Amino acid sequence: MDLLTVKDLTVTLATGSGDAQAVRNLSFTVGLGEILGIAGESGSGKTMTALSLLGLLPYKGRATGSINFNGREILTSTKREYRDLRGREIAMIFQDPMTSLHPMLTIEVQLTEHLIHHRKVSKEAARRSALELLSIVKIPDPAAALTAHPTQFSGGMRQRIAIAIALACEPKLLIADEPTTALDVTVQAGILKLLHQLRKDKNLSVMVITHDLGVLSSLTDRIMIMYAGSEVESGPTSDILQRSHHPYTKGLIAALPGKVKAASKNLTSIEGMPPELGNFPSGCAFHPRCSFTIDACKKELPKKVEINGEHRIFCPVNPFSKSGKGIE
Amino acid sequence: MKEILSLSNVTVDYNRNGNIVRAVAGVDLTLKSGEILGLVGESGCGKSTLGKAIVGILQPSQGEVVFDGQTVKKLTRGQRPNHFRNLQMIFQDPYGSLNPRRKIGIQIADGLLVAGVPKDKALARAEELLEKVGLPRAAVFRFPHQFSGGQRQRISIARALAASPTVIIADEPISALDTSSQAQVANLLVSLVEEFNMGMIFVSHDLSIVRRISDRVAVMYLGKIVEVGTVDQIWNNPSHPYTKALISAIPHADGTSFMPKDLPGDVPNPLNPPNGCRFHPRCPLKKSECEDNEPKLVKLSDDRSVACILQKAGTPPNPILIN
Repeated sequence: MDLLTVKDLTVTLATGSGDAQAVRNLSFTVGLGEILGIAGESGSGKTMTALSLLGLLPYKGRATGSINFNGREILTSTKREYRDLRGREIAMIFQDPMTSLHPMLTIEVQLTEHLIHHRKVSKEAARRSALELLSIVKIPDPAAALTAHPTQFSGGMRQRIAIAIALACEPKLLIADEPTTALDVTVQAGILKLLHQLRKDKNLSVMVITHDLGVLSSLTDRIMIMYAGSEVESGPTSDILQRSHHPYTKGLIAALPGKVKAASKNLTSIEGMPPELGNFPSGCAFHPRCSFTIDACKKELPKKVEINGEHRIFCPVNPFSKSGKGIE
Repeated sequence: MKEILSLSNVTVDYNRNGNIVRAVAGVDLTLKSGEILGLVGESGCGKSTLGKAIVGILQPSQGEVVFDGQTVKKLTRGQRPNHFRNLQMIFQDPYGSLNPRRKIGIQIADGLLVAGVPKDKALARAEELLEKVGLPRAAVFRFPHQFSGGQRQRISIARALAASPTVIIADEPISALDTSSQAQVANLLVSLVEEFNMGMIFVSHDLSIVRRISDRVAVMYLGKIVEVGTVDQIWNNPSHPYTKALISAIPHADGTSFMPKDLPGDVPNPLNPPNGCRFHPRCPLKKSECEDNEPKLVKLSDDRSVACILQKAGTPPNPILIN
């Protein structure tokens, strides 16, 4: 059964020049114990999607559609209901563990805070859980760590602490927004291993948001690629990275620098820049940068094309139309 | 190719409340014209400090940087010898490195004006440079906030080019940029290096970009160079356990659910570096003598240099086997 089912999610933000849609008609699911990756460049709407699940949209931000979490509709929740949901059932970790942790409070205060709030446990019981959480995320000497402040830890250790805080109330879904982008590769590998372990031990569902396809490859079961607020392609990780069909996904993969050592030093890149919020092109938003654009792309919204199983793309140029070979 | 930049035993100390932090602890390195040298390592290893010491923003406490035959001295308020105009730096954050209140044109022309070029000629040159880095000539009349991050980094590059540099130190020039602009700015740097036969030190923690654009790679750990070699040597046949660990930690974006290997532990505090080999507390191949003897950087028979007791000078590299 799916833990999270999002249908036709549209997020509207207020900008200086009127309302703008940051997420447009997005539908996706996250299964129990599944790790879903959401990839896209900045401005593609991945973070807004995550924030709408938590009721944390910026001032004057509105979300419409449907978000079904664990069998109930949460998009219509009141502020109070969201407050009970956040941290307890859906938890989030952020990119920069330096700014997401409070620099003046000890780890103990930050780690026991929502246990005491949500679970109404005593301070001593919360302290015992905190010690256990710190050993789950492999912080050496948990007892000493409890009395320390965030500045006394390195970036990787801080991110582990942020994960421990997120896990405190045993949430069913963990949202990780660029969890390793600020870290070194050697430390990143440790965090990826930890997230894998947590999924295995606790059947935790994870939604990872990142632009790093390498991270998604080693971590996720499925990937959804977003562009200008909409899904362009989604499917099992191996299908997306080995047999992608959408021109944008293909472009992203071709632009990976490490893939093969080519004779030329030049990196492949997708021409142009992603569109800005409130200024998305008509029809398929990718059409100005796409090399397969036909007239229909400029007018019609892209239709869903099922490739096989769960693998689908949104592209007006039906890649299976004439040649039957897809876009090369 | 001629050797344009050489570092011998460059050491940089920071004074932190009376404690001496040795951020760079004796680095020997050379750079040739037309060559891109990637400088990689974990954060806190001293790569940015080394970059700043090379151009003279920081004064080495020991050792020297020789640029085109002359020793680089610390930048002061006074005028710098013209000789060092050809040694330029590009910074990581294009939001912080441009003055928000001055027009682009005059910021690019600054270096030329200092060199005594008349203002109209300097501004005309600024327009040419903007065109060179792929921006419209009219940009000279605009302010930094009117440009995106990628465009601002192009402006910083144009500013560095104004002095017709022979060496550019690029400190994480693309890590603050979006994926789309990263490749474009990296491509621009590569084409400029080729066109002007410059030497470039490309400081980055993004190993995959370094692999693609560099000729040689230097791996730094806690203020020291542990290995320098060609891209092929570093990636396919690393001869230092740290290099091996760094390469094994890179995820593969191939959809095969390959799990990168982590390197347990953190970079030690440079205030209190470990005795002997600085990597030994984290090294999976540590031997007892590593705790006391600091290995020297030695040249192997395949022309790379490495500082590890597993390798002997003048012999082929021993393979590093970590399961």
